[in-house]
Amino acid sequence: MTSIGSPELSKMFDAIAAAIAADKDRLCQLDGVIGDADHGIAMELGFNAARDAVAGLDLAATDPTALLNTAAKSFLNAVGASSGPLYATAFMRGAAAVKGKTKLGADDAIAMFQAMAQGIKARGKAELGEKTMVDAWQPAVEAAGAARAAGKSLADSLAVALAAAERGAEATKDMIAAKGRSSRLGERSLGHVDPGAASAVTVIGAMAQSLNSPIPGKV
Amino acid sequence: MQTKKIINDGNRAVDEMLEGILAAHPAHLRSVDGSPRSIIARDGPRSGKVGLVIGGGSGHEPTFLGFVGKGLADAAAIGNVFASPPPDPILECAKAASGGAGVLFMYGNYAGDVMNFDMAAEMAAMDDIEVRTVLTTDDVASAPRDQRGKRRGVAGNFFIFKAAGAACDRMLSFDEVERIARKANDHTFTMGVALSPCSLPQTRRPNFEIGADEMEVGMGIHGEPGIARGALKSADAITDEMLDRILPEMAPSRGDNVAVLVNSLGSTPLMELYIMNRRLKQRLDDIGVSVHATWVGNYCTSLEMAGASVTLEHLDGELQKMLDHPCDCAMFRAG
Repeated sequence: MTSIGSPELSKMFDAIAAAIAADKDRLCQLDGVIGDADHGIAMELGFNAARDAVAGLDLAATDPTALLNTAAKSFLNAVGASSGPLYATAFMRGAAAVKGKTKLGADDAIAMFQAMAQGIKARGKAELGEKTMVDAWQPAVEAAGAARAAGKSLADSLAVALAAAERGAEATKDMIAAKGRSSRLGERSLGHVDPGAASAVTVIGAMAQSLNSPIPGKV
Repeated sequence: MQTKKIINDGNRAVDEMLEGILAAHPAHLRSVDGSPRSIIARDGPRSGKVGLVIGGGSGHEPTFLGFVGKGLADAAAIGNVFASPPPDPILECAKAASGGAGVLFMYGNYAGDVMNFDMAAEMAAMDDIEVRTVLTTDDVASAPRDQRGKRRGVAGNFFIFKAAGAACDRMLSFDEVERIARKANDHTFTMGVALSPCSLPQTRRPNFEIGADEMEVGMGIHGEPGIARGALKSADAITDEMLDRILPEMAPSRGDNVAVLVNSLGSTPLMELYIMNRRLKQRLDDIGVSVHATWVGNYCTSLEMAGASVTLEHLDGELQKMLDHPCDCAMFRAG
């Protein structure tokens, strides 16, 4: 039985921060092509702040909703930019989706995951095909929801989510940006992966890996 | 290879800059206790006056905080380099600027800024501060003419903030301040070219590549690619190319007045800006348009980027009065 509590979510933020730090230079380079070259910096700042704020909590006395809200607020205040409101809203919506629970089962985790994507979409007012992080997040949560509905485990559902996110990010190469800074480029944005979609794959990958691997000693 | 910069720690660059600015301009500026990135005019906010809050990413100095002072903006919220400030420092600015007559948010039209300022506006509403927003959209290169609302705000901020700040200082109503701010934006047109990249303090890597003999026409103030990459031309040809985009949109009549800003993106020197201004004046003389006032220098920069922008504000009696209204800011004085 899947059972994700605050310690597991704290580990998840460790994993995301580590994955983003390792990916920072690639994200800045992707952003340099069609934006202002700071996406990797903003994402690293934000997830380091979220990780540190969560690490400072008394996990025994903090439920997942409070933990996710802490992560949201610290990410937002460290970053601003576009990624700040988008990821902060994602974690706040994720927090609301699991309100009142101290342990998340597989369905709860999927609900949190879906709420995160809805939050990003609502805050950014972006739709599929506009060359943004929505092009990775939306296919990912749709795939995860379908897999879970078909009776797959959380691990398998998140694995198909990651694959869908990767395909979605790759597909942004063939899109003309309609939202965000690169939207003024018109056709010059063609051929380049959207940095926000690329970092979404990294975040989703770290979440999937972290939520799939039991914490040592807590199996 | 990393670029050369006079910094201590790239991650501390913004906060250390702010410490230096407050040390240099104690008579003009202060920060909010507990919110060091909320910069307030010492002699600005007052009861019954509409508050003007501007802001955005760092790296454009003297934009934004250089335009905080009596007669111009009451407060500026400062973000990381090229990144919008988060909602909290914006909210602190709104509280400090509020004199009970409403607070106007003005900033360049970028997705990140819009999200953060909108969140701050929602938070201010919970504190019973009425916030309205006027986005600046002066960059003619960033979207077609029929999509003005999608354009970026760049160096023309200078004229647009100036008009709004004057309207606030003259104790006009919230409706009037908003109307004048929108009108100033509608009357302001900017076009830029970039010759070499800038580099963020955190990465010290050039943020785009450009050939030794190339220029990027219409590049944004964060190094976002512009509308075309071409061979570097003469100052006159570059100025002509800018005016050939600005003037058809502005459509001035013979005898009209304009205000001029020839702005360096960072490392382009005054010599080159004045050479451009020479051509600009010739072109305006040719069509019988008078220059009411001219500013030449670093007003909206992009770190150490080389390049320049030209902004024209198409004046009428009201906008001219707002432009001539005195202001006293840390990095800019008029009247």
